[in-house]
Amino acid sequence: MTQQVLSALLAVAAGIGASLVYFFGSNWLLDRLAPDGRAADGRYLSREKIRNAIRPWLFLFPALAILAIYLVYPVVETTRLSFFGRNGDVFVGLSNYRWAVNDPTLQTAIRNNVLWLLVVPSLSTVFGLVVATLADRVSWGNIAKSLVFMPMAISFVGASVIWKFVYDFRGPEAQQIGVVNALVVALGGEPQAWITIPFWNNFLLMVILIWIQTGFAMVILSAALRGVPEETIEAAQIDGASAFAVFFRIIIPQITSTILVVWTTITIVVLKIFDIVAAMTNGQWGTEVLANAMIDWMFRGGGDFGRGGTIALFIMIAVIPIMIWNIRRFQAEEAMR
Amino acid sequence: MNAKVFGTRLTVGTLLTHVVLAVLVALWTIPTFGLLISSLRDKDQLITSGWWTALVSSEQTAAERLLARDFAEVDGRYVLEGDFLEDDRRRIVSFGLTQNDLSAHAPGATVELGETQFTLNEDGTFIAVSDESIPEDFRRRVFFVQAIPPTFTFANYREVLASEGIDRAFINTFTVTIPATVIPILIAAFAAYAFAWMKFPGRQLLFAIVVGLLVVPLQMSLIPLLRMYNEIGQTFGVPSKTYLGIWLAHTGFGLPLAVYLLRNYIGGLPRDIIESAQLDGASHFDVFLRLVMPLSVPALASFAIFQFLWVWNDLLVALVFLGKGENQIVLTSKLRELLGSRGDNWEILTSSAFISILVPLMVFFALQRYFVRGLLAGSVKGG
Repeated sequence: MTQQVLSALLAVAAGIGASLVYFFGSNWLLDRLAPDGRAADGRYLSREKIRNAIRPWLFLFPALAILAIYLVYPVVETTRLSFFGRNGDVFVGLSNYRWAVNDPTLQTAIRNNVLWLLVVPSLSTVFGLVVATLADRVSWGNIAKSLVFMPMAISFVGASVIWKFVYDFRGPEAQQIGVVNALVVALGGEPQAWITIPFWNNFLLMVILIWIQTGFAMVILSAALRGVPEETIEAAQIDGASAFAVFFRIIIPQITSTILVVWTTITIVVLKIFDIVAAMTNGQWGTEVLANAMIDWMFRGGGDFGRGGTIALFIMIAVIPIMIWNIRRFQAEEAMR
Repeated sequence: MNAKVFGTRLTVGTLLTHVVLAVLVALWTIPTFGLLISSLRDKDQLITSGWWTALVSSEQTAAERLLARDFAEVDGRYVLEGDFLEDDRRRIVSFGLTQNDLSAHAPGATVELGETQFTLNEDGTFIAVSDESIPEDFRRRVFFVQAIPPTFTFANYREVLASEGIDRAFINTFTVTIPATVIPILIAAFAAYAFAWMKFPGRQLLFAIVVGLLVVPLQMSLIPLLRMYNEIGQTFGVPSKTYLGIWLAHTGFGLPLAVYLLRNYIGGLPRDIIESAQLDGASHFDVFLRLVMPLSVPALASFAIFQFLWVWNDLLVALVFLGKGENQIVLTSKLRELLGSRGDNWEILTSSAFISILVPLMVFFALQRYFVRGLLAGSVKGG
């Protein structure tokens, strides 16, 4: 064990060392190979232009190389694999796609992903907005925000354990140790194994992600609320607007773009949702989602890379509009600089 | 927004604000709190009563037997002395001589028990005295209600650390996380500086690609990288699931956000400082090391926390790029495995889960400011 700790520390040192050697070495080499000097006819020759043309690429090379290997190439390769058989060597045309839209489990997965997309970003944003708004009005607001924000630090798997305990079910004769069933029994109902009840169990899994993402929405929206000019609010109040009118007519319109950013960010998280389903049900009882199905096919019977790749591509296609929107937004920001 | 909007005029509104916020905060904290309390409970109590009962004293009924042979003769009287409650923190609430009559007597009362005078004190000590000798067939039962104070123990933690391999998984998680946090920072910082302050053809396009890569789902990368790692493993006769492999994978997946965040921060540094340094003859390399890096510490810290939490909490990448042997399994994988194999052993699950979320929670509460700043700057990616 000590050996492992040492090797990890060594890796950190080696990683930093290698990076430093590369950056120092390549820059030193550049200065040596393209120095200022005298040309054959004795004129002073500045090679600064050459150095300035090359140096950016020395700075960029490691990042671009890793991005190319770990993100750009895989996107191309996964797209290719989706047209090939399980080992990626037999071209099968669209048959993976035909399979994907006709397979009952995948149909459930797609339906569930759509449900997740409808429910989680909207509720997280709404709860985040409510907490951000209310917390600014009470003296203990910062503590409240900190506590609501806390689940952001907890892993999806850790959160799954926490909530599986909340949903826990014992037989009807036993004492219920899960909060939900204890409440149900206290109110005179029958305890249920909630996680196994098809369709509705999806919403119980969504609760976990909402619980985690509300803190994120709250932090971003809270900052946006602070940016709303005081004058606009006061002017409305002087005109006799009610508190609710101020909130919905004055404040909300001014933070719409932030709400949109929060919404899309959570949407991306939701599209990739894997850990919660894998830990809570592993896709049983009608809770399958695309990302879990993808991992399943990636490893099932030695792995079907064609089908796994096809499922990954489904997620990618759903992300593309957001990607384009992001790049547009970024370019608009750059133009304003 | 300020407190004046709802606050001062409407007291009902103010009250409502407090109540709604309190309910929401309770909903957001109670699940974690329940896990923490449960992990500290005795494992037999954990599965027989809800964790919320552990916070107050619970009452339990019990019975004890008095037998003739236990009496001793002291100064011509027959006496039996003892203690029903071995645990000093427990208390007698009431007692009775039949099962249906548990609350008949308060502690300290003296009652007739067959031929004897019987006294039961609050701390559980009792005495039965008789002037006559005790008949051979004397056997009496005393029923009592005892108050058990909340009891907490670290036994569950000791158990998972000693026999479930959580200690090893903890070390493994650190082994993955530290290099996977440090390596991307340096690489990204150089690239970010180039994007912010150097002129080269294709700068706008390349950075737009980085922005695009921010949202590429991990799932797109997994299969090709797994195939690549397997091939490299076979070609060179090395294992395909290695720590080096996952460090580089996390570096790749974290780089777009790192470059994006750092470029925005470094690009926002005052132009005069950088240009005047260059006029003094400093090269880009000098400017970067002596000026930009020290000034960028807040942004570097933001990204470091982001990446640390991300890697520590990751399950998917670990599942694909690391083995499941005890020398490589990380906490999240281990937890998922325990959920499957020990799904009803809540003493194991709760304590293991708490160990796995302890480090992120500490980092989170200690460095929340930087974390929030990172979130605000990079809210296009999000986990």
